[in-house]
Amino acid sequence: MRAVLEPADLRRYDELNDPAGAMRAHWRPLIGRLRADDSPDAVRRSLELTRRLIVENGVTYNVYADPQGADRPWALDPLPFVLPAAEWKAIEAGVAQRARMLNALLADLYGPQRLLAEGHLPAELPFGHPNYLWPCHDLRPADGTWLHVYAADLARAPDGRWWLLADRTQAPSGAGYALENREILEQVHPEAIPDMAVRRVRGFFSHLRERMQLDHKEWAAGDESPLAVILTPGPYNETYFEHAYLARQLGMPLVEGHDLTVRGDTVYLKTLGGLRRVHSILRRLDDDYCDPLELRGDSALGVPGLIGALRAGRVIVSNALGTGVLESAAWLGFLPPIAERLIGETLSLPEIATWWLGEKPALEYVLANLDRLVIKPTYPNQRFEPMFGRDFEGKARDLLIERLRNRPYAYVAQEHVRLSQAPVWKSAATAELGARALTIRVYAVNTPEGVRVMPGGLARVANEAAADVVSTQRGGGAKDIWVLSDNPHEDTLTQGQTGKWANLQRQDYIPSRLVENLFWLGRYAVRCENTSRLLLRTLGARSDARVWTHARNICRDLGAVSPDAEVFDALRTRDSQGLQADIRHLAWCASQVRNRLSARYWRGVVGLQRQMQEAMATRGSSREVYERVLLSLAALTGFSEEDMMHDEGWRVMRLGRRIERMQFVASILVRQLRSRHATHPETVEWLLDVCDSTPIYRARYLGVPRLSQMLNLLLYDDGHPMALAFHRRSIDRDLDDLARSLKGERERGVPDVPLLPQGSAELLDAQGEEGDAARAGLAEELEDLSARAGDLSDRVSRRYFALIEPDAHALAT
Amino acid sequence: MSRKYRVVHETSYKYVADVMHSHHLLHLVPRPAPYQQCLEHEIQIEPATHRRVDQLDAFGNPLVRIELAQPHRELTVTSRMQIEVHARPAVSPETTDPWEKVRDAFAYRGAWPSRDQLDAARFRHESPHVRVKQSFTDYSAACFTEGRPILACAEALSTKLHADISYAPGVTTISTSPTEVLESRRGVCQDFAHFMISCLRSRGLPARYVSGYLRTNATQGEGGEKLVGDAASHAWVSVWSPPYGWIEFDPTNGCFAGTDHIAVAWGRDFGDVSPLRGVILGGADHQLSVTVRVEPEGEPN
Repeated sequence: MRAVLEPADLRRYDELNDPAGAMRAHWRPLIGRLRADDSPDAVRRSLELTRRLIVENGVTYNVYADPQGADRPWALDPLPFVLPAAEWKAIEAGVAQRARMLNALLADLYGPQRLLAEGHLPAELPFGHPNYLWPCHDLRPADGTWLHVYAADLARAPDGRWWLLADRTQAPSGAGYALENREILEQVHPEAIPDMAVRRVRGFFSHLRERMQLDHKEWAAGDESPLAVILTPGPYNETYFEHAYLARQLGMPLVEGHDLTVRGDTVYLKTLGGLRRVHSILRRLDDDYCDPLELRGDSALGVPGLIGALRAGRVIVSNALGTGVLESAAWLGFLPPIAERLIGETLSLPEIATWWLGEKPALEYVLANLDRLVIKPTYPNQRFEPMFGRDFEGKARDLLIERLRNRPYAYVAQEHVRLSQAPVWKSAATAELGARALTIRVYAVNTPEGVRVMPGGLARVANEAAADVVSTQRGGGAKDIWVLSDNPHEDTLTQGQTGKWANLQRQDYIPSRLVENLFWLGRYAVRCENTSRLLLRTLGARSDARVWTHARNICRDLGAVSPDAEVFDALRTRDSQGLQADIRHLAWCASQVRNRLSARYWRGVVGLQRQMQEAMATRGSSREVYERVLLSLAALTGFSEEDMMHDEGWRVMRLGRRIERMQFVASILVRQLRSRHATHPETVEWLLDVCDSTPIYRARYLGVPRLSQMLNLLLYDDGHPMALAFHRRSIDRDLDDLARSLKGERERGVPDVPLLPQGSAELLDAQGEEGDAARAGLAEELEDLSARAGDLSDRVSRRYFALIEPDAHALAT
Repeated sequence: MSRKYRVVHETSYKYVADVMHSHHLLHLVPRPAPYQQCLEHEIQIEPATHRRVDQLDAFGNPLVRIELAQPHRELTVTSRMQIEVHARPAVSPETTDPWEKVRDAFAYRGAWPSRDQLDAARFRHESPHVRVKQSFTDYSAACFTEGRPILACAEALSTKLHADISYAPGVTTISTSPTEVLESRRGVCQDFAHFMISCLRSRGLPARYVSGYLRTNATQGEGGEKLVGDAASHAWVSVWSPPYGWIEFDPTNGCFAGTDHIAVAWGRDFGDVSPLRGVILGGADHQLSVTVRVEPEGEPN
């Protein structure tokens, strides 16, 4: 490992080396350790381990602009960003102070508005901002706090000081990624972290969790412990991975807007076991989307009536609705003078030099110094990228100036900061360090005992050395931040309290919407399996004309292909029914319950969709496609057994599987019994294949396959996982378990598998009228059984998912 | 001069399927104003509400929130009032401040603004139904000549809108943006109001959206043209016009608001004061009918 940066850019601060070219002291232990194992192999191992852990843990970041709409794997540099203890203390104090000051500012803006009345702030800043929410004016949160979670974006200027770039007050993202980064680097550098006394970041999350589950006096209901949930916009959000990860880490249910309902100013979660009161909501949804009744009426993501509940003091939302108003560069510059007024302190963290153009002198100054300034919007709904003044010449410059003069209050100018450069691991091939522009995001949580700052955070690097804008959306990478400790006992208290939250009492209320999707995920997985095997075995029977006709008819009867399509074309036509549609449904259900699935389950689902797309695009062998689909589905079944909590949700999913399988086996037997080829050994053999029962049959019976023996196996053998009796028993067990864990009445199962009348086995195999009558009689009974299984499915839906209401929509006259 | 009215405003929703649960916000109780006095008011709701809470919204308008917790296929809200509207003091547009002065008075100088000034500052920006754009500034250029008094400008703008835009029920919806109206030049009172407000705010001038009722089959002046906007609620615009303060214009009819106009609520735009807003669960499709009867009582006195 040669710790050599690329030619140093002297106009930027070099994080690794001092101006004399000597490595800074706080980097030496880490670089020295890496240098000890200088082989390219060691570097490659670290890079590969990091990548593998990211994939295995399913760390992703959704990119809106990505045409594939795909999740992008999180790009993490195995080399952390190191900060010495003394430097960190200054950052920590500055961030905590800022969090207190911003909370006081919000209290004023949403309360008496004294700062506006006294002329300390221009009215344009709050009143022109789309996230200044008038319905929240004079709404004092039940806990008196607006800003519970705060993040500051910082950068180091060439003078070596850390400067504040931006405040994140809406619903700061990235803390979960920071924890995930740490968990990965703990495995990449297992010894370096303890040896170098790197401070732990987990304590921050227990502070956050405790903050969310605070018991407030106003809630003196006393009968239940406070329930806190995380509100997400859903799986299509760019940081959904983080929402799911935080939900798991904090032990809080992850919910979407329609999982919550407001009744009489109280917020409830719709769970499998009924309505459960929600006391606090950690929102990852922008504030203006949170209540379609009083805020944006076009929002399908929010909770109608939430503001009413907030007004009544019945729920706490973190951060309070309306905190998004502070997300504007325009506030910078006004804050240092008012900090004195708000908290009686001088801000210790300097802000990047900022001019709001609404002030005449500021406008003139900015126009005179345009070349060294960056122009940014005052309000987030002005959609334009930062404009570097030096890039505008001639006519374009005149137009820019006209734009600024026409509406000066809508623009902000900032000094162009040359970001410091941090070492990054470039590639396995060279074992050399590169240099990248860097910013850091530091997190704080406001607790009753004061503001706690996470000793670490999320460092982000640009994808080029001299960039001065760092953005994850634009493909930069992340780094873990290692804050070195000068006090070995620093984090022990929080560690002792929480450890890995060994004594965490999980409040695992599963939203009923999730459970319904799990139920259908189970059903669709089995349906896809049934259809694939049916089509696969049918294609395998083409050589025998009698079986081929028999099998094709059954395929159409059961909807595996549409009535006018051919079996060998099943993959080429895009139908609303059939395998492709079922895989789409399966993927949709899976996406809705993604945070309950393991990473490899989700990858399996993505792979399954890809297989189908490829199959449609190419003219390969259909049989091979079905074989592969069956393998993938078998893997999913295995993952759901191995990776998932065997809780109520899982049980309902299995119930879905059993019901689906029972209906399929019963239905296909009905078709067989009613076919004029019912007793034909080749069709019996085909059916055994379709039901994946040939090996078991062969183990039981010798000789030519017979209908009666096959029925004996598929009806009554409760040790055979395809048999109806097996499913019936399993369904009963799941219903028992559900009734027990939800403490409710047990749902009725399905009736017994119809018995074959004494001595009728021979009749079933017989030709002629008597045989036909026996088969028709059994077919009727099995048809009834299949209908009863469908009935159970409806009953389960009514009973357990009844809280799932139709979609909300907004009305206005 | 004043006039007494009886107003009955009935809104009814018929749903195709059961609505399981719903929340509504009502801006139906007329707010007090120097030029009007509500003598009597009641709201009737069918079916019975689960809850009703009365409060004031952030702009000082009476707001009623209701919650319906029983499945229902029909919702009828009837608002009845008796109200007296007084003639507003006469204004002479030429004596108001030049429009540039009105705008520049809001420039931030780090000094204490007056209470009125700060109040007016709430109505100078884009809001969900109002756009701030150069195209609105360009459209209104002829009305806002250099040094012209604000009220004269606003009157010219109101007249221009009345002439340029045709009153066309049914071609726009509540979500039609003023930029579309700039193109199509057609709309109803809401669109006229949002358009006029967009023109004013694009120049940095404060303007409010006023929601209310209009005396139907009234005529403007002696033998003048019939006022339009009947059989439903009406909307117009209030313009910040120092030294008078807020002065109301009805751009749909190209006139000042007077004793024919009954104000209910005002805000930044329609979204702040829509008469009946709600979120329902279920219901599938719905049919909406709104009727407003504005009956003068006796002769003006």
